[in-house]
Amino acid sequence: MPEKIAVEMRGVTKRYPRVLACDGVDLSVRQGEIHAIIGENGAGKSTLMKILYGMVRPDEGSIKLNGKPLIGHSASDSIKLGLGMVHQHFMLIDPFTVAENVVLGIEPTKAGLFIDGRAARERVERLSTEYGLALDPDERIENLSVGLEQRAEIVKVLYRGADILILDEPTGVLTPQEVTELFVVLRALRESGRTIIFITHKLNEVIELADRVTVMRDGSVTGVVSAAETTPEELATMMVGRDVLLRVERQEATLGEPVLTVSKLSALGRKGTHVLENVDLEIRSGEILGIAGVQGNGQTELVDAITGLHATSSGSVTLSGTDITNLKPRAIRDLGVAHVPEDRLERGIVPDFSVAENLLLGHHHRAGYSHRGLINVAKMEEHARTLIAEHDIRPADPSISAAHLSGGNQQKLIVAREFDGAPTLLIASQPTRGVDIGAIEFVHTSILKKRDAGVAVLLVSAELSEIMTLSDRIAVMYGGRIVAEFEGGTVSEEELGRYMTGAGDSGDEPVRNRPLDDNSPGQAAAGGEA
Amino acid sequence: MFELVVLDSALRMATPLILASLGGLFSERSGVVNIALEGILLTGAFASILATYFTGDPWVGVAAGIFAGMLVSLIHAAVTVIFKADQIVSGVAINLLAAGATQFLTWITWGSSSNSPTVGGMARWSLPETWGPVARGINVVIGHYPPLVYVALAAVAAAHVVLWHTPFGLRLRATGEHPSAVDALGVSVRKMRFAGILLSGALAGLGGAFLALNTHQFVKNMSAGRGYIALAAMIFGKWNPVGAALACLLFGYAEAVQMGLQGQQVPSQFVQMIPYVLTMVALVGVIGRARPPAALGKPY
Repeated sequence: MPEKIAVEMRGVTKRYPRVLACDGVDLSVRQGEIHAIIGENGAGKSTLMKILYGMVRPDEGSIKLNGKPLIGHSASDSIKLGLGMVHQHFMLIDPFTVAENVVLGIEPTKAGLFIDGRAARERVERLSTEYGLALDPDERIENLSVGLEQRAEIVKVLYRGADILILDEPTGVLTPQEVTELFVVLRALRESGRTIIFITHKLNEVIELADRVTVMRDGSVTGVVSAAETTPEELATMMVGRDVLLRVERQEATLGEPVLTVSKLSALGRKGTHVLENVDLEIRSGEILGIAGVQGNGQTELVDAITGLHATSSGSVTLSGTDITNLKPRAIRDLGVAHVPEDRLERGIVPDFSVAENLLLGHHHRAGYSHRGLINVAKMEEHARTLIAEHDIRPADPSISAAHLSGGNQQKLIVAREFDGAPTLLIASQPTRGVDIGAIEFVHTSILKKRDAGVAVLLVSAELSEIMTLSDRIAVMYGGRIVAEFEGGTVSEEELGRYMTGAGDSGDEPVRNRPLDDNSPGQAAAGGEA
Repeated sequence: MFELVVLDSALRMATPLILASLGGLFSERSGVVNIALEGILLTGAFASILATYFTGDPWVGVAAGIFAGMLVSLIHAAVTVIFKADQIVSGVAINLLAAGATQFLTWITWGSSSNSPTVGGMARWSLPETWGPVARGINVVIGHYPPLVYVALAAVAAAHVVLWHTPFGLRLRATGEHPSAVDALGVSVRKMRFAGILLSGALAGLGGAFLALNTHQFVKNMSAGRGYIALAAMIFGKWNPVGAALACLLFGYAEAVQMGLQGQQVPSQFVQMIPYVLTMVALVGVIGRARPPAALGKPY
């Protein structure tokens, strides 16, 4: 039986002034399949999807939708033709309700003039029950969790009658449970005959969900494989162009003295509510403590409180016996705390400064780099050249502005700067967010090296796999509190996920060191409540 | 301070403010700051007197005020939406231009650089006396206002319905919150913003017409900061038509009181400050946080 082709792209090329984003890309998606497109950042997968959706015009190439050629179409043409896109950054209007967001642009009306609120609500309810997307149409977007926001996006696309859905990095922001639920929805959509294209860089998801996979590297397709006949290792090699270590090697930890002691730490947020509540932590020299949690549960504030960027309301932070609670950030840094911040462009670098200047920031006042308020430029450049060589920052030019580096190289720059100058405590927040596999491997190896050299490491990450690979101990944050703590390797992703959503939260003392019991999930859940 | 005379004059004072602040509302809800309200009021005032002077019909003057307001706002729309220039700078430039241009045109037309000759005002709307004592009663209580006062009050209700119960309003508000989302849904951000700014010009132009026709002449710089007060009232009213109108009534009341206080112990300047102090209080968030449209001031 010949399969029907839903989307056919041939020889699609898109040039930008400095890069060739897509270089003669062919993509063929069968009707009714889940087709994954994988590749590193900058491989061209997002550009390709924007071209398909009509947001970007290709320089060359042809596109056929259900056999019909598409020429010079816009996003609104795509919607009419049954293409729907769930963007990586949700396109939802926070103060509006779910129903208002869904119908926006194609509103049902009464008397041809006024919005028919009831009809809008009913349409949303019908779509959400049909595909298991439980959602309250009258809730405002700003009150929804990320997972529910994504559902609203999917309902929005379905409301427009899409039979081909494009999902751009849909799982990046979800908890493991939400990912499982999303996959159920996507399979149901496939059953209903819809075609799904999803962009990701998570290899395990591809194997679990997709029927076929198109792999991209540097703007070209490096392979099209059936998900059932491939392995994560093979996909990684196709993505990167060489063999990569998906899991870094780690030695047994040799624990020393406690370096960081956080005791009964609380802090208030903008609205006067507790964003941190009685947090207790201890990290010893040579140990990595990983903090897992859904974003916005106090991880950011915890890191900011330790580094002096957020005032605490009670409790204490002690660094190797010295009380550093509410000291100025610079004083804390000078005591040996290094900080790789979660938002690279916000706090990690000054994009318009040169690489050399960025590498000096935070060390600039130290002896040798400045004298009587003047920076020693020669010394700064020498320092930059050393770090660039050691950390393989590309391009190896201290004078270009940091904004011109790729995300991965910007991250290497921050790591180079922060790891410089013998820190005793290293705080790494989302250290590999948005960087490619090569840079991830580098950052992970660097963190482990520091830990083996006796540095205490606090690792905060939304990527559970990262937490699980690197951490000697894992703490879970929920609602500003530590709700559970485990020895590394004694807990499953699913169990962490349960605590992350507050399911195992008893409201009292955190659950500590519950041994893994992977063959009886029921028992694990019961244990969570103990 | 609460005599009927003061309340009565408060409503008159508030009318141009209400019209201009509704104008500001439509523009800002689409994501464009419209500080040009001041210049639009002034241009509307000038155009309405000019047209009334030559036609003798104040309703033609009203139409001219609306049209001139839209014309000026079209400049603001082109500069900020098409050329994506800074919205504040464009607004300030328009205000300076309007002040100079209206004064210049006054001189060209009437040979005076300060004011126009007086023109006839608008006939009052009233119910026929033959309808009986009830109609007469209504005429006595509320029948003595210039017609545009009622138009302004009706515009408040209309603005509320348009913004919250029509597809146009939903799209306009969405444009002010998240233009790229609106764009991705195939709704033109440019069209929505043009519509918002043009409505803004029409309403503020109407406000200017009221301002001038109520005093029967054009006087240079007669807007006297009302555009800014209207903008303040809109913020004070949390970007809602009813809230903005109530704030305008409060500010109109302050203005009326201030006129009554002239020549008395309290320096009138202090009373004049009230609207601005209240606005700052509102901005700081004392009366619950006011949340501006998320994409306000950002070109798209």
